[in-house]
Amino acid sequence: MLTVLLAIGILVLLSLIFGAILGYANVRFHVEGDPIVDQIDALLPQTQCGQCGHPGCRPYAEAIANGEAINHCPPGGQATIQALADLLDVEAIPLDGDHGTETAKRVAVIREDECIGCTKCIQACPVDAILGAAKQMHTVIADECTGCDLCVEPCPVDCIDMVEVGVTAKTWSWDKPQGIAATSINIIATDRQAEAVH
Amino acid sequence: MPTVNMQTANIFSFHGGIHPPENKTQSLQLPLGRPSLPNELILPLGQHIGQSSRPLVKVGDKVLKGETIAINNGFLSSFLHAPTSGTITAIEERLIAHPSGLSDLCIILTPDGSDTWTKLEPLSHWQDISKTDVLAYLSEMGIIGMGGAGFPTQVKLQGAYKNPLTHFIINAAECEPYITADDMLIREKTLELVLGIEILQHLVQADHVVIGIEDNKPTAIAALRTVLNKRKSKIQVAVVPTKYPSGGEKQLIQLLTGKEVPSGQYPADIGILCQNVGTCVAVHDAITLGKPLISRFTTLTGDALKNPQNVEVLLGTPVAHLLDYAESEPKKLSRLIMGGPMMGYTLDSAAVPIVKTSNCILAASKKELPPPAPEQACIRCGMCEQACPASLLPQQLLWFSKSQEFEKAEHHNLFDCIECGACSYVCPSSIPLVQYYRHTKSSIREAREATVKSDLAKQRFEARKARQDAEAAEKEAKRLARQKATPSKTTDEKKSAPAKAAPTAAAAPATTDESKKLKVDIAIGKSKLKKLEKQLLEAQENEHVEDINSLQLQVTDQEKAIALLEEQLAQMPSATPAAPAVNTAKASTAPVNDELKKAKVDVALIGVKLKKLQKQLIETPDDQELKDKINAFETDLKAAQDTVSRLSATTESHTAASEPKAAASDELKKLKIDAAIAKAAVKKVEKALKKAEEINAPEIEAIRQQLKEAQQRADDLEKALANPEAASQNAEAQTKKADAAPNNVDADAAKKRKIDLAIAKAGIKKAEKNIQLLQEQGKDEAEINASEWPSKLKEAQEKLAALEAEESAPATAVSAPVEKTADTVAQSEVKAEPEMDLATQIKKEKIAVALAKAQINKLNKRLESTPEDADSINQEINATQQRLQRAEALLEKLIHSQTNMQENR
Ligand code: SF4
Ligand code: SF4
Ligand code: SF4
Ligand code: SF4
Repeated sequence: MLTVLLAIGILVLLSLIFGAILGYANVRFHVEGDPIVDQIDALLPQTQCGQCGHPGCRPYAEAIANGEAINHCPPGGQATIQALADLLDVEAIPLDGDHGTETAKRVAVIREDECIGCTKCIQACPVDAILGAAKQMHTVIADECTGCDLCVEPCPVDCIDMVEVGVTAKTWSWDKPQGIAATSINIIATDRQAEAVH
Repeated sequence: MPTVNMQTANIFSFHGGIHPPENKTQSLQLPLGRPSLPNELILPLGQHIGQSSRPLVKVGDKVLKGETIAINNGFLSSFLHAPTSGTITAIEERLIAHPSGLSDLCIILTPDGSDTWTKLEPLSHWQDISKTDVLAYLSEMGIIGMGGAGFPTQVKLQGAYKNPLTHFIINAAECEPYITADDMLIREKTLELVLGIEILQHLVQADHVVIGIEDNKPTAIAALRTVLNKRKSKIQVAVVPTKYPSGGEKQLIQLLTGKEVPSGQYPADIGILCQNVGTCVAVHDAITLGKPLISRFTTLTGDALKNPQNVEVLLGTPVAHLLDYAESEPKKLSRLIMGGPMMGYTLDSAAVPIVKTSNCILAASKKELPPPAPEQACIRCGMCEQACPASLLPQQLLWFSKSQEFEKAEHHNLFDCIECGACSYVCPSSIPLVQYYRHTKSSIREAREATVKSDLAKQRFEARKARQDAEAAEKEAKRLARQKATPSKTTDEKKSAPAKAAPTAAAAPATTDESKKLKVDIAIGKSKLKKLEKQLLEAQENEHVEDINSLQLQVTDQEKAIALLEEQLAQMPSATPAAPAVNTAKASTAPVNDELKKAKVDVALIGVKLKKLQKQLIETPDDQELKDKINAFETDLKAAQDTVSRLSATTESHTAASEPKAAASDELKKLKIDAAIAKAAVKKVEKALKKAEEINAPEIEAIRQQLKEAQQRADDLEKALANPEAASQNAEAQTKKADAAPNNVDADAAKKRKIDLAIAKAGIKKAEKNIQLLQEQGKDEAEINASEWPSKLKEAQEKLAALEAEESAPATAVSAPVEKTADTVAQSEVKAEPEMDLATQIKKEKIAVALAKAQINKLNKRLESTPEDADSINQEINATQQRLQRAEALLEKLIHSQTNMQENR
């Protein structure tokens, strides 16, 4: 009897100790905020274009955390979907065409001599990438422009163009090799080629 | 210790490496060649790492040999000089020597053939002046590393000052097959090389100066030793065994010093500086001869060339010119490579120019460089690992590259890969491993840049949101304050005292709040400044030269911002004590107000009682007692009312006046609303009219009638508005009269004019339609011009303009605007406010023109996308075009009158 009581007593003591440790750890290492939303937000392109149907990238991140599909972001495209799928451990699905298609990176350019200085585009730009003042010519700071398209529609004189950012020698990157499947039909192709050369 | 230059330094070894066929003898058969001047020299502005240079010349300029034609653009950039005398014929995009095969901005120089030097200014006293000045001079001479990446030499030397240098290594290894340019350079310019090394050693003061050279260049080694012996130089010659890639910077360092450059660091971090032989010779030429970097040694080799050789070639010479010079056989040529077979890249076009870093042109036959064998699966043989000079695990890296696991690839030190190609060379499965690594590296770089950009976008977005929220909150607060203040001031005097006190009381905390906010801002700004300064320091240490400039700018900006905030804060306290004064001033009216309140309550009470009694009186009409009471109350009420009026008169004189005024203003308000409604009706009818005009409906006349009536009404109302006193009495009658009134003469004339206008418009429309039709039928411009329509169009337009001018003239005479169609709103405004600045009118009209143009553009776009509603869209387009023309005509007129006015003055 005594041994049984002793065993129970020890177990109770142990559980109390561990409970205390866990409780302390919970307080001590408490994580502020909603880390999953932050992580999702970090993967989104931050174009803030609203094509996903939300008023910005973070709201969409929150929506994804609450179960919305991960394929609503056209600027991010397939790469973002892949990254989100990896993070959330779900299947990568193709981009939802209803929200737009993936386009090459673009920036807005104002045809400056046509601008009437109405400041409408400034109000539309989510990242303050347009410089100008009332009745003055406006211009886009290309480096800050995310290419979200939002300034094009409000312009009453239609003087904003979305221009594709071409690849320059400085931004160019190497292609991925074609891989095995593309060329290798028979295994001893190498030998044949060696023969052909000699 | 190394007193004798013959002494060979200790040679260590590095991991891996391969022994590909050297193929160096071909290009050493002939002596150094000097090709003739090409027809044009193509000088890319981005020959170095970092930002492209900025052109100093413009098209048509004549330049002399050695003249500066482009200057550096920031710290990590370089100068560019004219390689010969001639004329700048263009500054444009040309194909450049780059693996991408893309174009970049180039200065095109057409030589005049005389090859006249500009005045040379050598830096003869380089030993006596400060090293910084020498470095600046080197930068101005356009000296960059000629071995590979094209790192500006002065930047590299500056980086070397950070740590005391133990070794200054001159890279003469030239390990890549086929290339012999450095070999030839050492043979031809031995003395210049040694002098150049001495200048550089003077600049960096290293403990040991070692020339690392592969043992496959005996002639060059002998030449070097002779010169060094003669000069009794302390410079050592370290002959290293031939093995690819011993010429890699880190590999050569390991060979000569046994030290490994840690991953992610530079040689300068462990006290070592490497320079290419070509750079040393260029430094000598610049300092002792004053010659900028305008030519270089390049190897022309490959089976497709009849005369493979080394040449000293002017920068900017097109590769095609060199191929001609070395007599290439187009039939044999299968691949043109810039650089060597291991690290070079294929050129798509021979039009690209030689740049400062081009060490070899390899015109290979098919036999020499067969197309790569098809890729097979990795068999995990480990040969790549054996060959890798950077001690990496190529097959692992391949795996991560293929599966896009960038993070893991980085963990496996992908960025330490020097892209030497040794692994691809040995791979039995012929996997193009380097290509995979290059692709992965650029993908990672892109992703990094994207993160930087998206972080920035996020920051800006959040900052904007915060700003907007703050603005909204401020507005809301203001609105609340106003709401509190307004009703108490105008309607109820009793509330005015506390209400007036409230905002002033609120103002005081607001100022303290603001000063608090300012303080917080300052604190934030200061911490940001500190962070920036830290970053700047770090950048300076790590030679992130590109960052330094921008950081410095940021730092100064931040400092300015803080100073501004502090100034604001300093002004703050003076504002605070002013607030209570207002408070006390307002408080004095309080007692009077109280009395007034009491009196008013009295009046109300008596009034209620009186009403009750009167009701009773109606029920029992003969009650004398009741009648007496009522009389008594009535006198009471009168007395009370008197007090009230007296008191109100004393509180504020204007309150007394306000009541009768209120009645008048009420009526005025009503009148205004009526006028607005009438105007809206006019507009509506006008719209209907326009539509009717467009579709040529039969109801046009009826609608016109309506329009006229509505306008009449609106005009009358406006007149009434203009004359409020009369209006308050007979507004009703007037409006009624207006409805019933027959059209007077004036209106008749207006009608006629309007019809004329419509006809003119229709004429224009018709002419335009016909022109369009002709265009659609594919008639060309001339034919259309030959037809009658353009002239008709012009006629009609002129007529229209004339009509409009006519219209505006009488309209200004008549006080009320007769016509106010949508397309002449601006015009009628002109009449209504003749004193309005002409310039603003012109601006307004310009805007109208721009708007109309834009709308036409938009409509045209829509027409393209939805051809099914072509009809309606076309109509809209026509309407807009008319509007455009009117606006334009008006604009012209306005400008005309403006010039007239100016002339009159
Ligand atoms: S400038 Fe236009 S396209 Fe660029 S971010 Fe602003 S709103 Fe978007
Ligand atoms: S919206 Fe168009 S017209 Fe208005 S300021 Fe922007 S660019 Fe200029
Ligand atoms: S290319 Fe890179 S991985 Fe391959 S051998 Fe060279 S350094 Fe090693
Ligand atoms: S050498 Fe080629 S086959 Fe062998 S392990 Fe390396 S990648 Fe795989």
